[in-house]
Amino acid sequence: MTHALTALIAICTREALRFFGQRSRMIAALVRPLIWLLVFAAGFRAALGLSITEPYETYITYETYIVPGLLGMILLFNGMQSSLSLVMDRELGTMRLLLTAPLPRWWLLSCKLIAGALIGVIQAYAFLGIAAIYGVSYPAFGYVAAFPVMLIAAFMVGALGIALSSTVRQLENFAGVMNFVIFPMFFLSSALYPLWKMAEASALLHDICMVNPFTHAVEALRFALYLKLNPLALGVTLGAVVLFMALALWGYDPGRGSVRRKA
Amino acid sequence: MTSDSAGITVQGVSYHWGAKRALDQVSFAVPRGAVCALLGPNGAGKSTLFGLLTGLFRPEAGQLVLAGHDIARATRPALAATGVVFQQPTLDLDLSVWRNMLYFAGLHGLRGQDARDRAGAALTRLSMQERAGEKVRALNGGHRRRLEIARALMHDPQVLLLDEPTVGLDAPTRAALTDQVHALARDSGISVLWATHLTDEVQAGDHLVILHQGRVLSEGPTPAVGPALTDHFLAVTGDQTGAPA
Repeated sequence: MTHALTALIAICTREALRFFGQRSRMIAALVRPLIWLLVFAAGFRAALGLSITEPYETYITYETYIVPGLLGMILLFNGMQSSLSLVMDRELGTMRLLLTAPLPRWWLLSCKLIAGALIGVIQAYAFLGIAAIYGVSYPAFGYVAAFPVMLIAAFMVGALGIALSSTVRQLENFAGVMNFVIFPMFFLSSALYPLWKMAEASALLHDICMVNPFTHAVEALRFALYLKLNPLALGVTLGAVVLFMALALWGYDPGRGSVRRKA
Repeated sequence: MTSDSAGITVQGVSYHWGAKRALDQVSFAVPRGAVCALLGPNGAGKSTLFGLLTGLFRPEAGQLVLAGHDIARATRPALAATGVVFQQPTLDLDLSVWRNMLYFAGLHGLRGQDARDRAGAALTRLSMQERAGEKVRALNGGHRRRLEIARALMHDPQVLLLDEPTVGLDAPTRAALTDQVHALARDSGISVLWATHLTDEVQAGDHLVILHQGRVLSEGPTPAVGPALTDHFLAVTGDQTGAPA
């Protein structure tokens, strides 16, 4: 086993120990989307008519429609929480331990990204399990096909979080940044409403949703759950991963960014 | 002294924080196997120098060589040969002592039985083995510092960098830690750079570098210890206000 892989396992183990040591974090991660599914969706079902659009082949309930969006919500919140822990690591000093490990910085940050993404995917599957018990289920292989897409979506929001964490100096400020990122990303997307519905309300809002990479992550997930591929959505999501990771690496470059300021 | 014969070489290093000059043409060398006290008041530039020595940021000018490796050109070998204790604690408070050790081991590519053996040996060396199962949050300041030193030694570094490692500790704990690190240097032959603003942490036989307002004012064998060292510092710096304790 190489040094790089050993470090990845160490970082993933640390994140897992921290996550499973905080039972309230797991509960909060599940309660949030469950409220949307059990309360919001039940009320909204009557108000919103859904037509048959890809990947659906028949009429679906609103609950079925929003589950991919709620999976995206779980990954989005987890990504931001991981980057919050990165800011905490920096405030508490543990970030220095990571960055002075004898490995390339891009790999160390990638390890943090992978560890955070895996934690997010675990939460997402736990939610899918509860949704299935509630009656919202997908083809068996859809759950398998969704795994790589969820991972990519988790990488996207995680990399965005790392990039943001490099620009924020204090924990208190980061909470504000999270609100400015999470809510616009989530509400200006196809997570809660189909884009054609959004276009009926406002062409501008529709266009904003279309350039929001979170929309594409949710759509890629929606298609994957039905064993279908949405190349545009997957392509945009992958492109966003590369862009956000490049920004994160730039932010954590030893010659600039937060490390220089905080060290 | 060349980088071949020195454990640590700092050559012509300068750094600014915005318009403020933090380090100005800093040069000194720590002989292999020596303990070097980097003595200077708060704000002298010690922590900036540690940030540069550990590659957290890059110097504007100059060269830093650790165990023969230039930190700018050979960052990974330099860091692999270096153990660091920062002024600010870097422990995960929510994990146990043992898990903190294994996390560090993983970051340095140590795994399996080898990692466990090294972690056990390092904890034993710093008399921390009985605390292995405790959460770090439950440890007092002295034990946390000892844990950090134990952790920094786990990968058998040739160089140990300690940035004011006794901050916040009581006098007996400080004295015990100082003795422990000197004994380590004697027994294992590693080069130690110990940044401090406390003269009572400097021992006879140490190499001494006086850093003041970002400049090295003197370098060489420690001329005196205790109160006489404080007098020496004042004579060198001519600064009554920034005198170390």
